[in-house]
This record gives sequence, structure tokens and C-alpha cells, in this order.
Amino acid sequence: MSETVAGAGEPPRRDVDAPLVDPAANTGLLEVFQRRYLLRLLVRREIQARYQGSFLGMLWSYINPAAQFVLFFVVMGIIMNLREIEWFGIHVFAGLVVVVFFGETLNGGTRSIVQNKALVTKLAVPREMFPVASMLVSGFHAGPQLVILTGVCVVVGWVPDLVGMAALLLALLLMCVLGTALALIFSVANVFMRDVGSLVNVLTMFIRFGVPMIYPFTMVEDRFGAGSLEAYLANPIAQAVLLMHRAFWVGTTKDPEATALEHLPDDLFMRAGVSLLVAVVLLGIAQWVFTRYENKIPEHL
Amino acid sequence: MSESIVVDGVAKQFTLRYHRTLKQMAVAKMRGRDVSNRFLALDDVSFTVQQGESIGLMGLNGSGKSTLLRLVSGVMRPDRGSVRTRGRIAGLIATGAGFHPQLTGRENIYINAAINGMTEAETRGKFDEIVEFSDISQFLDTPVGHYSSGMAARLGFSVAIHVDSDIFLADEVLAVGDKPFKKKCMERMQEIRESGRTIFYVSHAPGSVRKMCDRAIVLEHGRVGFDGDVAEGIRYLKYDEPKGTPEDDIDDELGSDV
Repeated sequence: MSETVAGAGEPPRRDVDAPLVDPAANTGLLEVFQRRYLLRLLVRREIQARYQGSFLGMLWSYINPAAQFVLFFVVMGIIMNLREIEWFGIHVFAGLVVVVFFGETLNGGTRSIVQNKALVTKLAVPREMFPVASMLVSGFHAGPQLVILTGVCVVVGWVPDLVGMAALLLALLLMCVLGTALALIFSVANVFMRDVGSLVNVLTMFIRFGVPMIYPFTMVEDRFGAGSLEAYLANPIAQAVLLMHRAFWVGTTKDPEATALEHLPDDLFMRAGVSLLVAVVLLGIAQWVFTRYENKIPEHL
Repeated sequence: MSESIVVDGVAKQFTLRYHRTLKQMAVAKMRGRDVSNRFLALDDVSFTVQQGESIGLMGLNGSGKSTLLRLVSGVMRPDRGSVRTRGRIAGLIATGAGFHPQLTGRENIYINAAINGMTEAETRGKFDEIVEFSDISQFLDTPVGHYSSGMAARLGFSVAIHVDSDIFLADEVLAVGDKPFKKKCMERMQEIRESGRTIFYVSHAPGSVRKMCDRAIVLEHGRVGFDGDVAEGIRYLKYDEPKGTPEDDIDDELGSDV
């Protein structure tokens, strides 16, 4: 980019082959992916730091979900056994993977800028970096959970199918885009009002119970009437959970086709596809909001 | 020569908030008090720096030095006017920011270098130099949280000072570290200066500005009060009061900055 020209006398010359630009200019999310190396290090920093100094290290990211799974399996599947749902533990856990991924993205992302105050107020790093890194860290932790889920499903006789894998991909993609969009907005909002962090906590609680994870979605219609179902199914997180059921749980039941007919809504892929489009648009809006308020971030931290 | 930093009619205003909670806001509104007031940190600041110039930015506390530095580094945007820079910017600002106490010195070097804009290959190439400069080689695999504050600071400085850039910004220089380390830093800064990089140096220590810089800009209440010769700039600030002992001279030169 530049070289020092050894001139005959003083002063030394250095020719900089670059235009005069606004030092604060950045291209938002695009820039985050241009600086993948930094992003990778930031993600790794969070992951490494979590298990630093522990003897089992990364193994913990398997032990945690495994223990959770056993608990769900025993408490939900055996003690509170809902007769009409086969393999209730898998039904719950499959949903839990995406719900936790989304919740962690939301919670971590919301706090990410405030947490990285020292960097944000002093160095010109694209600030979208921090919510995006939170999303990737949550995604990283979803990996071991998926491994355990797959393992258990295989043990009970599940065979992966193409449509199911497409459902898994769509569920993850939907949660990833929607999570990033909301994390972007909430992270900047949290700088101006720290209440947002607490609000997101409440929101996560609603998300956990607002999806057909510990109950079948058909119950919603039974209890609240027909009109409520459409609204319930419009929730992208509920769609992601149902997609996860399609990907894993349905295949573990005795008669997958009958299960799919009874426990999955019509046009699930269609609904989720529309949600994905909406989420992409929302991501664009989130970027716009972020850029608009970003300038004021350093002075509010 | 080409322009390296162009600051044109820059103003930056901050909002000071008196009341942050709902209750406080309500009470203030009822009593008819202001809920916020504004404060002009920089007002109509203009100057141009040529590539290779070494600028000493001086001024009393609260005169807007740090704000100006943040505008030049791109952390903040001006409310009015424009800031333009040419080439890569790095320097001794927020050294050690982003250090993770639970990670080792080695891991932190890589992260910190990346935050400062270095690529993986660049960091690899300079890794040994960075470690040598910081003088912490035997603690490289110890978590930074166990370092003494001086060690952590030295590590942060070493990384920042090894970033190759066209514009070198320096704030808080020499505020930490012992005398030998401060000396080493000053020598390194001289090398940077001699390599033709633009230096933008914020300092309270007239001695080091005199040594390092060939032009002084003095800020007064957010405006440029003086722009020109270093010795005159120091006189302008009345920092030039006669000093007594030689000990004073050293402090004068290496005095800590804010």
C-alpha cells in the first residue's frame, strides 16, 4: 500500500497510495465479513474463555446439553408423559436446540456492544462485529447439541432423509438471520437504555413457552380456538421448532407419515420460507437502524 | 508530499444527561428543570497535516484533544464538517483494549493485533519482535489476568507500536511502564517518525513534544488556539515555566499523559 522512499535528504518521504477517505466510513455487515479473520478471533476468544482453566474444557459443551437431554427425557418423557406424543424427550430437545440458539443470540447480542465498551469507544472496529460474533458463538454451541440429538435419534431407529435435512437447514438459517437482525437492533438500543437487556430476558421467557416444544401445536387450537392457530403459526420461532420436529422427531416415531400429518401444520415449508424472506428484509432494516444510531454509541457508553 | 489528515470545520457536540431513570426524569420535568443539556467539545476545528509530519496535539484537560483524536481515528463522526485521512491508521490508543484476562499472552497478542487491523500473516511475521519488545517472553502462556498491570500494559503497547500504518496516533503514551520501557517507547516512536509516517501525538509533556514533533496544535475549549512551531506552542500554553533540577527535566520529557 505504501513504501518509504529513501530520499537524498530530510525529511523522509513515504508515498501513500490511497485516497483521502472518511476514517469512520464502513460498510456495515459487509465489512464484518471482509474482516473475517478478526471475527474468527473474537468468536474463538469467547469460546475459549468460557472453558479456560477447566480440566474437561470443550467437553463441557457436550456434557451440558447431554445432561439437559437426560433430564428432559426422564422428567418430560417419563414422569409427565404426554401419551399422545411418542419420544417426548426428543420432541422437546429438538425444539430446544433452536430455541436456545435463538435465545443466546438475542441475549448475548443485546449485551455485546456494552460488554465490549473498551473496544467500541476507542478503536474503529465495525460495531456490527459484536452482535454477529454473539450469533456465531451461540451457533457454535448448538453444534454439540445437534450431535447429541442426532446420536439419540439414530439409537432409537431414526434414518435421516433429504426433506428432513432441508428442514434442519431452513430452521437454522431462519433463526440465524432473524437472530442477527434482532441482535443488531437490540444491541444498539441497549446502549441507549440498559433496560433493553432486561426486556430481552422477559422476551426469551415468552419465546420458550410460545413454541410447540413442551406441548404439541394442535393443543393451541383446542384451547384457544381456530383463529388463534394462524397467529401462533406465524411465529418464525414456532416454525423453526416444527421444522426441527420434521427433521428429527417425526422420523423416530412408529409411523412417521401419520405423525407428520397430525403434528405438523400444512405448508410448513411455505410458511418458513415466507418468514425467511421477512427476516432478510428485517436484517436490512436492522442494518439501517444500526448505521443511523451507531454514531452516537461511543458517547453513550 | 500529500495530505495525510484533513480536518475541515469540524464540530462535535455531546449530550450530557442529568437524569437517566424514569423517576428522575419525571421529577425533573415536574420541577421544570432541563433533562439534558448539550456541550460543544469541538467547535470549528480546521487543519491539514501532510504525510510525514509529526504533530503534537496539546491543550488543557477538557480542551477536546481526545475527542479530536477519536474523530481522526474514525471512532466518532463529527456533527459538522469533515475529517478525511489517507492510508491505514493505527497507534497507541486504548492499548490492550480487548485483552481477555482468561486467555494467555500469546492468544491475546493475536486478538489485539487483529483488532488493530493486522492480518494473520503480519502478526506471525512480527510476533517475535512484539514479544521481545514487551519483555514478557517467559509469561507468554500465562493468562493475562495474572499479569501485573505493568506487564499487561507493556504487552498492549508492544502490539500497538508494531502495527504498520501510514498514520500513527498516540494518546496515553508513556502513562504506564517503568523508565527503561518508556525510553524504549520513545526510541521506537522516533523510528516511526523517521520512516516517514504521519504522527499525531497527544501529550501534556512539553519535553516529549519538543523532541518528537515538528508542529504543535493547541486546543482551547474546543477551538484551535495555536497551530505552528512547537516551541511557540509550548510557550503559548505557558508550559515552559523554568524547571529546577535535572530530575524535573526527565519528568518533563517522560511525563505521563492523560
